[in-house]
Amino acid sequence: MTQVGFTLAEKILSAKSGSVRKAGDIAIAAVDLAFVQDTTGPLAIRAFREAGFCRLANHKKTVLFLDHAAPSPNWQLSNDHIFMREFARETGCVLSDVGEGVCHQVVAEKLAKPGDVIVGADSHTVTAGGLGAFATGMGSSDIAVAFALGKTWFRVPESLMIELAGKFSKGVYAKDLILYLIGKIGADGATYKALEFGGPGVAGMPVADRLTIANMAVEAGAKVGLFPSDEMTYQYLKVLGREADYEPLSADSDAGYPERIKIDLSTLQPMVSKPHTVDNTVTAGELGGVKIDQVVIGTCTNGRIQDMEIAASILKGRRRHPQTRLIISPASPGVLREAIKKGYIETLIEAGAVILPPGCGPCLGLHQGALGDDEVCLSTANRNFKGRMGNPKGHIYLASTATAAASALAGRITDPREVL
Amino acid sequence: MLKGRAFKFGDNISTDHIVPGRLAHLRSNLPELARHVLEDADPEFACKVKTGDFVVGGSNFGLGSSREHAPLVIKMAGVSAVLAKSVARIFFRNAINRGLPVLICDTDNINDGDELEVDMAAGTIKNLTGGRTITFKPIPDFMLSILNEGGIMPYIKKHGDFKL
Repeated sequence: MTQVGFTLAEKILSAKSGSVRKAGDIAIAAVDLAFVQDTTGPLAIRAFREAGFCRLANHKKTVLFLDHAAPSPNWQLSNDHIFMREFARETGCVLSDVGEGVCHQVVAEKLAKPGDVIVGADSHTVTAGGLGAFATGMGSSDIAVAFALGKTWFRVPESLMIELAGKFSKGVYAKDLILYLIGKIGADGATYKALEFGGPGVAGMPVADRLTIANMAVEAGAKVGLFPSDEMTYQYLKVLGREADYEPLSADSDAGYPERIKIDLSTLQPMVSKPHTVDNTVTAGELGGVKIDQVVIGTCTNGRIQDMEIAASILKGRRRHPQTRLIISPASPGVLREAIKKGYIETLIEAGAVILPPGCGPCLGLHQGALGDDEVCLSTANRNFKGRMGNPKGHIYLASTATAAASALAGRITDPREVL
Repeated sequence: MLKGRAFKFGDNISTDHIVPGRLAHLRSNLPELARHVLEDADPEFACKVKTGDFVVGGSNFGLGSSREHAPLVIKMAGVSAVLAKSVARIFFRNAINRGLPVLICDTDNINDGDELEVDMAAGTIKNLTGGRTITFKPIPDFMLSILNEGGIMPYIKKHGDFKL
């Protein structure tokens, strides 16, 4: 029998476990970065201490993010923040405090490197797969163990190859691709698997788009959403002054993919996920103008400078619909500063937007934009589960930044090509 | 042998059904958080569930967030195992890490209120109400070794490391 080549997932987990590992094997892999955020961190710290650990395996690669309640809306979460700050002081680990950005955006901008193994106590840790890192979400106990031992265990996943060809047509974005894919394979279509993206459509795709796609791999159940590390990765890191972190990475040409799905990007339409599951997708045009009370643009899925630019270009010189609130949250201080510098924030405020500090609040219903009974929200976030935005009687639709901005103008869910 | 009553839920019960983000301020107060377990799927569940009972889902149980509080409060409510047709990856791992068995089986013929008897060693679920016995998919070896220690923290305390 001939030896089959390695998928990206197999390659990274083999390298980080110092052994040959193929799909189905258990790998004990070195962890390059482990983090928690403020709704999972306290439980991780308690688990760490209850196990009798006191020392971190690598304090420089252990990060506590205060981003989900930023700034804190109540005393209980403020006390959780105190607890986490104290742990950071005691152990010398890195603290990313209130206002310093959404964990996944900061990880992409400052910390993740191609080929890294990254684990975070947040399911959207998969975002860093856009940079070619094997990045995945785990619970607080697993992260506590990674904090202490500097390693974790994985079952090496089978990889589902998503082969992309062509280019997005006008008004269609990375978000539409991932919503389309999840609608096609289902919310459990990639459970226990890796989603790996390849083909000619990937080569010219900017890292911002790759991060949006990888971010939602978990919404198909995937352990990781992996992109190769290539020229676009180099360009992204270079702009951030991190070209030294670049390392090329690709799957072997004869890698074993039990299943391949081919998508021609040019055939895609603007997509919307309807309540209450992400795989409940239709085209924006098919929805027939559902009336919306609130639009949220931001989150770890679509809170990057490219999103601020798209929103500003659609909303420039226009005004949100009077019955539709517009909430915009750049995902990091870096994004916010650049959006101010480029005049996007002014444009957005003139269009009637409320600008929130970098954080996660509205997406998980923690604060800032909780829905009232029977209210409808169109969000650029990644989840529309019942109760997600603070009220089980709310209705959440998911779409691209362009669809969200166009819909904020119309007060109804709108295909962005109508206003572009 | 685990014995208790089935609480039947549908497909795609997310971690937001189990412990929604709006209760994030209770995550350092677990007994209070546990009073809201599965509130958005069945507001009465926390009052009705008794020690030993089973949460029975459809497909893709526990999808969504990495919040370990989800299996933790289910366990704190006295639930002895989660039964589902399929389960989301992070929830599965978190449940095992907290010593809560997750049994993958065909739950179609289990009705709300059925009395069940689970034999972990034999891999069987006997429906004492419906009369039928079904099998569950074996828990993968490595996860079983963690479950048998009562979770990942007792496992690591005992072994000091991962033992393959």
